[in-house]
Amino acid sequence: MSSIGMVLADSSVIAKRNIIKIKRIPDLLVGTLISPIMFILLFAYVFGGSIAVPGVDYKEFLVPGIFAQTVIFGATITGSGLADDMQKGIIDRFRSLPMAQSAVLVGRTASDVITNVLVVIIMVSTGLVVGWRIRTSFLDAAVGFVLLLLFAYAVSWIMALLGLIVRTPEAFNNLTFITIFPITFVADTFAPTQNFPAVLRTIAEWNPVSSLVRAAREQFGNLPPGYPAGSWPLQHAVPYTLLWIAVILLVFVPLATRQYKRAAAR
Amino acid sequence: MSVGAPTVRTMADAVVARGLVKRYGDVTAVAGVDLEVPEGTVLALLGPNGAGKTTTVRMLTTLLVPDGGTATVAGVDVVADPREVRRRIGLSGQYAAVDENLTGFENLDMVGRLYHLGRKKSRERARELLEQFALTDAADRVAKTYSGGMRRRLDLAGALVADPPVLFLDEPTTGLDPRSRNDMWELLSAMVGRGTTLLLTTQYLEEAERLADDIIVIDHGRVIARGTADELKTQVGGQRIEVVLASDRELREAERVLRDLVGRDVVVQQRARRVTASVSGGTADLVEALSRLAAAGIVPLDAGLRRPTMDDVFLTLTGRPAEEVAGADADDDRDATRTQEAHA
Repeated sequence: MSSIGMVLADSSVIAKRNIIKIKRIPDLLVGTLISPIMFILLFAYVFGGSIAVPGVDYKEFLVPGIFAQTVIFGATITGSGLADDMQKGIIDRFRSLPMAQSAVLVGRTASDVITNVLVVIIMVSTGLVVGWRIRTSFLDAAVGFVLLLLFAYAVSWIMALLGLIVRTPEAFNNLTFITIFPITFVADTFAPTQNFPAVLRTIAEWNPVSSLVRAAREQFGNLPPGYPAGSWPLQHAVPYTLLWIAVILLVFVPLATRQYKRAAAR
Repeated sequence: MSVGAPTVRTMADAVVARGLVKRYGDVTAVAGVDLEVPEGTVLALLGPNGAGKTTTVRMLTTLLVPDGGTATVAGVDVVADPREVRRRIGLSGQYAAVDENLTGFENLDMVGRLYHLGRKKSRERARELLEQFALTDAADRVAKTYSGGMRRRLDLAGALVADPPVLFLDEPTTGLDPRSRNDMWELLSAMVGRGTTLLLTTQYLEEAERLADDIIVIDHGRVIARGTADELKTQVGGQRIEVVLASDRELREAERVLRDLVGRDVVVQQRARRVTASVSGGTADLVEALSRLAAAGIVPLDAGLRRPTMDDVFLTLTGRPAEEVAGADADDDRDATRTQEAHA
């Protein structure tokens, strides 16, 4: 078997295993979904009245932001799964097999994409129920979804690195909770950034989560007319987001791979 | 039996290690271990937690890169060509590395696919092994619902998926109840009878005696004795008389009485007020010892005859009981914690 063929074959075996796990413990998926659905409802009906976004129904503005936050949280399953596998000795078993070792991470992150597709489908349905609509072409919308999934895929590799460093799922979950919330809140996600204090506003305008959300709003046609263009990254949301995806992958794929080898060899 | 150079073998060796060393910071977990396992034979590494057994196995199975020394498994160098080694070995760790969320069948099927047996062969092999390990009825249940003994069997089955010529088992029966332990011993004996080369680690002398052709006793990362089970037994002696006393005065008295009876080989544990004497005459020696104690006016709190344990091996070889070395061997410790968690 060629080595690329072997990586792909072994990765699909690993991915299948992770998908079975999600099927067996639906709590995992439910856990990923409950908070975003709650967020949609809370923001749409509780805070929504107080957050005015001129020119658009707030719910329509909100839903792409929730999409972004949810797929980023979906990407954390990689980290907690790897930490769990380390703790239970499953990684040792993989390491003793003549498989492509990179398949453990490739398969793991790939299964997060599959989970996130499910998550997006459920989120879209929830969004449609509360009144969110896609106002562009099918193709534009598809680009928006692909961008969300690609960004989450890149984030999976950051999570893989963190999961392998902390080594227990509990520690990992605490870590992601306290990092992902600020990253997704100090952004264009839930409220327009022009009302932020200056420092936060600058951070938010360069935060890739902002550009991801902006790109999604553009692709779905949820950006109100006359909405402030903002910083350069927000004016070029799609290329800026793609650039981030590329940079994250280039940095974190090698780092996570190195950490996997190290962590397994302790 | 000697600690020095191993005897020359005529058979090919399936596993050879020369001067293996592993350090963790300032701590040397394995300090120059030499060993060889001739094809089709069983070697037991006997030692307490933290002795370096697990670290040695992890180096031989390519999970760890040694800091010194060389090792070959089935003729392949473990550092130069780890993947080729992995093709030829099966490993079952100290804790059962089964995926709890998969069924028994799915676990083995996955391992088969990762050995690249192909879809059809992997499934066949999974069914075959489930049958062989008496897990057919539980094949489609998730491993989470398995008992400790069943998990161990499933884990062992995982190590056998590719029918590897060399098998490594790290404490295969630690944490099992006596009945599961016996089942496991029977399975392993049958396997070895079919010609598999096996290297296992254990804390139980009885297990080493029962399964192994050769035994290596390891302490603080060093080999302190090696030989056949019989050689080790000759050196360590046969059964033990164990007497527990009510007072320190009686303890001293009992020690004297037993020394008169058996000669030098008497061990006193102050805190437990226990005297242990190695004997060759079985119950006759016990009766004799008790009547001599009675004649000296001593009535022990407890007295009995038992088989020698790993502790006796260490007492005989090193003059002190086997210690668990806290922190001396990161792996052994980590694994010990894990095992406890798994059984908590």
